[in-house]
Amino acid sequence: MAVLMAQLRTELRVMARNGEQLLLIVIIPMALLLFFGNVDVLPTADQPAVDFLVPGIIALAVMSTAMVSLGIATGFERQYLVLKRLGATPLGRSRLVLAKSLAVVIIELVQLAAICVVSLAMGWSIESTTWLLLVGAAALGTFAFAGLGLILAGRLRAEVNLAAQNGLYLFLLLTGGMIIASSALPGPLESLSRALPAANLADALRQAVGEEGLYGSSAWVILAAWALVAPLAAARVFRWE
Amino acid sequence: MSTSADHALEVHDLVVRYGKTVAVDGLSFHVRSGSVLVLLGRNGAGKTSTIEVCEGFRRAEAGRVRVLGLDPATHRAALNRHMGVMLQGGGIYPSARVGETVAHYCTLYGAGVQPNAVLERIGLAALRSRTWRTLSGGEKQRLSLALALCARPSIAFLDEPTSGVDLDGRREIRSIIHDLAADGCAVVLATHELDEAERCADDVLILDRGRVAAMGPLATLRQPETRFRLSTPVDPSVFTDSLGFSVQRDGEDYVVTGSAATETIATVARVAGEHQATVVDVRAGAQRLETLFHRLTEETL
Repeated sequence: MAVLMAQLRTELRVMARNGEQLLLIVIIPMALLLFFGNVDVLPTADQPAVDFLVPGIIALAVMSTAMVSLGIATGFERQYLVLKRLGATPLGRSRLVLAKSLAVVIIELVQLAAICVVSLAMGWSIESTTWLLLVGAAALGTFAFAGLGLILAGRLRAEVNLAAQNGLYLFLLLTGGMIIASSALPGPLESLSRALPAANLADALRQAVGEEGLYGSSAWVILAAWALVAPLAAARVFRWE
Repeated sequence: MSTSADHALEVHDLVVRYGKTVAVDGLSFHVRSGSVLVLLGRNGAGKTSTIEVCEGFRRAEAGRVRVLGLDPATHRAALNRHMGVMLQGGGIYPSARVGETVAHYCTLYGAGVQPNAVLERIGLAALRSRTWRTLSGGEKQRLSLALALCARPSIAFLDEPTSGVDLDGRREIRSIIHDLAADGCAVVLATHELDEAERCADDVLILDRGRVAAMGPLATLRQPETRFRLSTPVDPSVFTDSLGFSVQRDGEDYVVTGSAATETIATVARVAGEHQATVVDVRAGAQRLETLFHRLTEETL
């Protein structure tokens, strides 16, 4: 346990010292929530903008932490031989993966708490939220995005991985139903979006906060498939150095 | 080298390949507990590949390796508790501070080593709040060595430990290596730096293209000899055929090497005189490791 906690502390400390990661996992989701929650530019009909935004911002937070933050950090740890050096200690792969997973979960809980507090202050109606569904969707999203992040981190050079993660983040932010509803996308893009984890996570989270969602149970099925396949693929292709 | 049963490391017929390239070709050696083996060789000679197989980072194509009696390919977890490792470079989070990195590794190894004691021993106590990325090259090397000490190792693999380190730092690293050996740790050290090797080694293994070019106790390898440098072209056979000396071309000169016996000096001087060869330099005594290394590794070029 002491070994696991030591590695977890290191993971959190390293993440906290990385300014780019803080920007990604805290500042961007909050800035988008505050901006689009207060500026009436989203086509949300008679629904309050904040009610539309909260599930999408939670999805964005999950994607930022589980995919981009984890993926970029792991890519650089490969390049700097940090993973290799840890591999020569009694830590072991399973405790390393567990420590990284716990770090992601802790940060997501902090993100979720911060998003809830800010959203409530902006008038979000929390009453219809089914927390079990929300946590379940976030957990599936975490597995799916962590798998995607580690596939890139485990195969690409750190700088290429950095660019790829940021590019994928931007693409999924725009097409993942987080800020702009997937139904507003052009036909082929909507079809593509519907097959990817981001839009399905956002949709599942919409259902968790009491909205109807666009995809019904298929969002959960597709998200669960990503949550299964992406980590398995990552485990298969990941190179430790 | 000893053949007693106290071998911390045993390597038999090790073969490592990268695709069609053979990096290590049938290498066998052993290292005693409490001794320092220095692996020497040019780039690509197979030093790091050999060490990485012993550390469990890399699988061997063939051969048998036992570290502290365990196969590193199958018992890596057990081995990691007793093995100190210093990578050729990197291995540390750039934003991690010196003190917290040492404390982290002391906890990971759980060997009861006090972080402050390691920092004092390695001379980094004053830098404990500095991050890795702000350290000089030599300080990074010392921190990397410090992490190996956190294991209180029974065997330590040190890859280029003095690379980029200043003179005081080198002296300190040599002292730590001697202390490790004095405590019973087997130290395997790979380096390009022949002066360092002469100062640290109990035994030396010179690798050339994945094979043993020379191996043995440092004192034996450095056996005394006499070297004549002749500036006049001579037929090498006048020294080699009946007299048994070796002759090598070195630039425009010829170098005749024989034993350190007094008769050698008289004989070479006589034969050189008979062939009107001009002797420009005579040296007698223990061989420098550098001389031996260049002779052994250049002969096969």
